[in-house]
Parts: sequence; structure tokens; C-alpha cells
Amino acid sequence: MATAAYATPPISAFLTSQEGFRGSTRGFQWKKIERKCLRKAGPPKITAKFDLKPPPYPLDALEPDMSRNTMEYHWGKHHRAYVENLNKQIVGTELDGMTLEDIIRVTYNNGDLLPPFNNAAQAWNHDFFWESIKPGGGGEPSGELLELIIRDFGSFEQFAKEFKAAAATQFGSGWAWLVYKVNRLNVGNAVNPRPSEEDKKLVVVKSPNAVNPLVWDYYPLLTLDVWEHAYYLDFQNRRPDFISTFMEKLVSWESVSSRLEAAKIQAAERE
Amino acid sequence: MALRTLVTRKALGNSVAFRQQLRGLQTHTLPDLPYDYGALEPAISGEIMQLHHQKHHQTYVTNFNKALEQLDDAINKGDSPTVVKLQSAIKFNGGGHINHSIFWKNLAPVREGGGEPPKGSLGWAIDNHFGSLEALVQKMNADGAGLQGSGWVWLGLDKEMKRLVVETTANQDPLVTKGSSLVPLLGIDVWEHAYYLQYKNVRPDYLKNIWKVINWKYASDIYEKECP
Repeated sequence: MATAAYATPPISAFLTSQEGFRGSTRGFQWKKIERKCLRKAGPPKITAKFDLKPPPYPLDALEPDMSRNTMEYHWGKHHRAYVENLNKQIVGTELDGMTLEDIIRVTYNNGDLLPPFNNAAQAWNHDFFWESIKPGGGGEPSGELLELIIRDFGSFEQFAKEFKAAAATQFGSGWAWLVYKVNRLNVGNAVNPRPSEEDKKLVVVKSPNAVNPLVWDYYPLLTLDVWEHAYYLDFQNRRPDFISTFMEKLVSWESVSSRLEAAKIQAAERE
Repeated sequence: MALRTLVTRKALGNSVAFRQQLRGLQTHTLPDLPYDYGALEPAISGEIMQLHHQKHHQTYVTNFNKALEQLDDAINKGDSPTVVKLQSAIKFNGGGHINHSIFWKNLAPVREGGGEPPKGSLGWAIDNHFGSLEALVQKMNADGAGLQGSGWVWLGLDKEMKRLVVETTANQDPLVTKGSSLVPLLGIDVWEHAYYLQYKNVRPDYLKNIWKVINWKYASDIYEKECP
């Protein structure tokens, strides 16, 4: 938790400029807003709650590559718990009413995680994961995405190799990602105010537990959940088989392509 | 004859253990479980125990041996970057081997004393430090349930301070990473692979039930040895 040793700017200070959370969040103070006498003062304030979004396909649509049983637990229990616990954690706090992405960036707190971070990031990660896959997915991308993959990895096969290796070697729970990177330095929190054209490229990264590349100021394009709960009912200890199935049968390259397009637009707007 | 030598060498050459023996490197092997896979039921299913021991623990042993062999190579060649690069694989796989080897001994079937509360000096020490065994169990359950991702919750002895501690470690970090004077008495694996086939997303139920098969005799023996 942040200590009271720092002066606490109002949360709006983080929200007004486009640079927003790329600055320091050290001053952010995690505290509940005092709500004494709220009931007497008038009707209770309506707070925005995050909803558990269903995957964009029926729960059995990924069979046999991802079983209905896995989906019922992974989406119906794990993902649901992250969303519900987040809602409980933020109600009545300064985070209430912020976007999920902003909550993630603020509560990442330069790596010194504030309590809601895990639930917020996991809620986001799972939404992103369900939309990274589809029934009858897999194969190879096309168009500009394929061109950039070949430019930045040498070939699609080389990309697939790197992505699989990242997923296989994430020690413990976590995620593997393909991201569009527009900053220069290759470390967390490294913010380059003036990236050049050659800084813009696709890279593969992995992240532990709930962490996602938004906190490093990257644009996520594709993710694979390698928490054991993502595959244990279908593959038990065989994580490599799960990773291959994901690449060969599940990836939605259409999603990745449209995310790339959106990322490029957002990146251009920032310049 | 030549062919047989070749075949033999090829077969042996595929074995990491053989190559390490040639060099006098100590290799690690998967320890046997001191009970049958199904002996901890219904607290922990036989299927979980078998996968956990034969697959997960075996993989840590295999990869630990591989990493040690590569380390030996790198040291002999004076290849410092590789020596440093191997540290994460050694910590993860070596830690996995150390932790699981303790974990199997921390468990015992009910008919062999599993779940029987600690007696003697460890029992006293627990009452002293935590108030009661129930309070310790509650603390370890809460810390284990709250651990984000994969890891372990430990009851350890700080042998310098002569003090019991509850700690959590991430992934396969062994307890000693939390302090060089810490000795593990009891480690509970809260990786999802330790409970998922039976308890699914409900880690607290796994934690509640595992106490029925905890081998306090083992923890007491270690405690008395370190803290006579």
C-alpha cells in the first residue's frame, strides 16, 4: 500500500492528460472515500460495476480443443471471481468509475502492486483471452499482420517458436503475449517520449500471475493464459500440448489483426 | 562388437545421468512416496498424487539435472553469461525438487498418523507463538488462499532466533529464499496442479482438508533436531 508520506494529488490529475498514467503513480493513495451520512444525504450513489462478459461463442464451441468443462470453470468461476472481487474492492474508493485499463495502470503502482491490481488485471486478461481465440481458429495470419511478423521475427514459424517458448517457460502462473511496442527500452516502466519508427515493432513477452503488458505501455495483440487452471482439466501437466493446440486450433488471427490496426491508430494519435 | 559398443553408448549417451556420472556430477532422482497414491483419499485423490509425483515432480528432477549439467559445462568453459543465465532454471527446477521432496514427507495416511496434532516441544512452540494449533492452521489457510498465482505456504523454524514463522514463497522458491536461517517444517503446495482435479477453483477447501493428512510427526522430528 502507498504510505501517507507523499502528497496525494487528486485522482483527476492522472486522468486529464493523454500522458496520464505514463507518469509516476507513486503519489496514488489507496483509500476508501469517507461516506458517512450518505444515506441521510439522499439516494445512494449509483456506482459503475464491471460486468462479466460472456465469451463471444457458446461454452462448448471450442470442443474438443478446449472443453466445455474447462470453460465452465475458467470463465464461469475464475473469471467471474476476478470481476466480482474487483467490484467489491473498488466500491466507494477513488477507483470507482474509472475504466478497467486505468485501474490496472494506477494499481500497478510501478510494480508495488495495490490490492485491486490482481483482480483488475485478471478481469481484463480473461476478456482479452476469450477474444483471442475462436472456434475453428489457428492457422496463419495474413495481410499486414503477417508482413510485420515476417519483418520482426523472420518468419511465421520463428514467431510461433518464440511465442510457444515464452508460454512454456513462464515459471508458475502467467501469460504469454504478442504485443505492438512503440517505446524504445525493453524494460518495464521504460517510457520513451520520442520513439522513432524503428522502435515500433512486434515482440513476444511473458508476464507473471496477473501482470499484463499495458503496465509496460505496450499494445497487447494476442494472449495465452498459462495458469494451470486454463488447461489442467483438459491437458493436466502437459502444458506444451495445450500451447500447440492453442496455436494450431484456437488463435483468432482476425482479432489480432484488428487489434494491430487499432494499436497503430492509437500510437499515431499519441505522437 | 563395435556395433554393440556403439548401440550401448548411444543408449547411455541419451541419459543425462550417465553423462553426469562420467564427470562425477551428483544427479538427482525422484524419491519414492512413503505411501500409495490412493492412501491420502479422500483428502487428496490418487489421481492427483500420481500426476503430481510421477509427472510434475519428475519434470523438476529431469530439468534440474539438465540445468546442473549445463552449469557444469559452462563453469568448465569459463562461460560466465551462461552460468548466470542458468540460475533461474536452477532455482525453479531445483526448488521444485526440494519443495516436493519435503511435501511428500509432510503428508501421511490417516491410519499412519496423518492429521494427528503435534506433540512434544513443537506442540508447545505452536501454542506459544500462535496461541493454538487452530490459530496456526487458520493463518496458514488464509495466507495460502491469498497467495496470487502459484507457490507455497510454509511453517518454518528460524533456527537462529529459535522462532516459528509462517511464510509464503512464489512459484518454486524454497523457504530458504526468505531467510538463510529458515528451516522448513511443513510446506503446503498451493499450485493449482496440487488440487485442481479434485477441488477445481476452490483452493480454500483443499487447504481445509489437507490438515487431515498432515504428518506432524515429521515436522516435530525436524523441529527437535534443529531446536533440541
